[in-house]
Amino acid sequence: MTATQTSATVKPPRENPYRTRGSADIMKPSLGGLIGKYAMLLGVLALMVFPFVWQMSTSLKGASENIYDFPPSLIPAAPTRDNYAEVFRTIPVVDYAWHSLLVGVGTVITNVVFATLGGYALGTMKFRFKWVVLAIFFSTLLIPAEVTLTSQYLTVKSLGLANTLWGVFLPGAIGAINVLLMTAACRMIPADTLDAATIDGANTMQRLRHIVWPNVRGMVSVVALFAFIGAWDDFLWPLVVLSDPANYTLTVGMQYLSSNFAANPRVIAAGTMIALVPIILLFAVLQKWFFKGVEEGSVKG
Amino acid sequence: MRLQRWYTPYLLVLPGVIWMAVFALWPFLNTIALAFTDARPLRPAEFVGFANFDKMLEDDRFGYALTTSLIYVVVCVPLLTFLPLLLALLVHTKVPAIGFFRTTFYFPVIASAVVVAIVWEFLFSGSGTINSALNFFGLIDRPVEFLSDRWLLIGCAIGLTVWKGLGYYMVVYLAALGNVGRELHEAAAMDGAGRWRRFWSVTVPGVRGPMMLVSVLVCVGATRVFTELYVLSNGSGGPGGRAMSMVMLIQSMGKGLNGQIGYASAISLVLFLLTLVPLLIVGIANNGDTIREALASRRAVKAAKIKREATVQEARR
Repeated sequence: MTATQTSATVKPPRENPYRTRGSADIMKPSLGGLIGKYAMLLGVLALMVFPFVWQMSTSLKGASENIYDFPPSLIPAAPTRDNYAEVFRTIPVVDYAWHSLLVGVGTVITNVVFATLGGYALGTMKFRFKWVVLAIFFSTLLIPAEVTLTSQYLTVKSLGLANTLWGVFLPGAIGAINVLLMTAACRMIPADTLDAATIDGANTMQRLRHIVWPNVRGMVSVVALFAFIGAWDDFLWPLVVLSDPANYTLTVGMQYLSSNFAANPRVIAAGTMIALVPIILLFAVLQKWFFKGVEEGSVKG
Repeated sequence: MRLQRWYTPYLLVLPGVIWMAVFALWPFLNTIALAFTDARPLRPAEFVGFANFDKMLEDDRFGYALTTSLIYVVVCVPLLTFLPLLLALLVHTKVPAIGFFRTTFYFPVIASAVVVAIVWEFLFSGSGTINSALNFFGLIDRPVEFLSDRWLLIGCAIGLTVWKGLGYYMVVYLAALGNVGRELHEAAAMDGAGRWRRFWSVTVPGVRGPMMLVSVLVCVGATRVFTELYVLSNGSGGPGGRAMSMVMLIQSMGKGLNGQIGYASAISLVLFLLTLVPLLIVGIANNGDTIREALASRRAVKAAKIKREATVQEARR
């Protein structure tokens, strides 16, 4: 008892992020090493964000300002919103963003719902032909979407969905990898808990809602985030399905803007910022759950 | 007590299975079937045997596409296997503000390939920032046309792929680095191993599994490259379409009313086989011992059989 009390009152030695003299902790860098580390981190940081910062600065520069100078002037002398206004005049960028959002949100909802249902069955229940179902999902992983591009388009066309957002959305509505991830997450739920709930009279839906859902929420956030990013960033499939510029999603719209109205790079830069900023903000807000989920996934998966 | 109705699990997996059947397995089987026909839009397809594959051998565009994709794989795999590991080591230790660096290093992964490819198009264009920089340091007199030379264009696209992929594989390694025990590092340091030695003898063996995984992922990803080359070349595939990747060729072959769907499907099939190669290599490498044992035991059984037959015959005699 006294021991715990004293250890609680004694202040732990202050943690230095670097190795001090006499410390044997070789995993910590020395002070010089730490400074070098930050120098390297800042160097990589510059490499990673420079294109984005440069693009943003370009989108704010007026027509008279040089955008290709070196060393690059990243702060525009006279910031202007004209380029953004010009984007709105040139292409229906709000429609494009709306289309991307619709496809993205739809993909998230269907993937989360159906992957959780399927993962619950595969991860916690015993049934005949379960191995066949698992084999179907695993073998699907081996088939890249690019390989089935042509016949996938024929399928969508025969469903009458060519050149529609439904055609963009449907093939990605349930991803095999998401079902398998949810299966791995559901397998971690203790069987006793589920049995206890069953004995207490909970039906399948109640078990899903009150036992499964709280247990797999970490994995759900990873599935949701990746589903959204995948749908928002996808280019090849919408490019193949959509033929009418009025139906484009943002990525195809950006390529359309860049190849058909190539006159002013400042306007194109403004367009790409419109496509970029929402997804970066979303990630910045959700990144804590994301990295936690990835760690959980790697530990469990 | 009934735990659940017998059909509940089937109902739960049914949507997923239907989706896989309609949007993955059926198109795949259809691709295989179409690869042996001369299918075009608005025309009944006819079986043509291996004609599409014969055509591939003589088609220059297919040769260019295969070369581009193979170069992509050969250059990307080592770069994207080792650079993310170094990056992961850099952000692995917990120092102040490390979360900020990890997050920003992930930005290129989050951004759409189209968006970043457009940025790169500007940076590498004839009058772009890279040319200004080279000019500034007095390295060139005339601007380098990065985007209208076959090899430079492929090089730019590879640079873009590597830049965009760094953060993704960094996270894969980060999770693995947590499992490399610090005891091993300490023991190695105690024995006088320097930092470099510890990297090769402790860290690399410790992350060998994830390293395999990363190189397979990179390999499959590189054979599937499309967006980078498409946007950087404005959809043309570079001068004369020589910087097209396999997927670009499939896309340009299959589209439109004159699309050669049969031929595009045949190329898709080749692409599929290419993506299987790295998986096979890893499968063999991982199960090398098992396979060797199986072969050895078969040999042993055979030898035993021969011996037994010999003894039986001897006994008869």
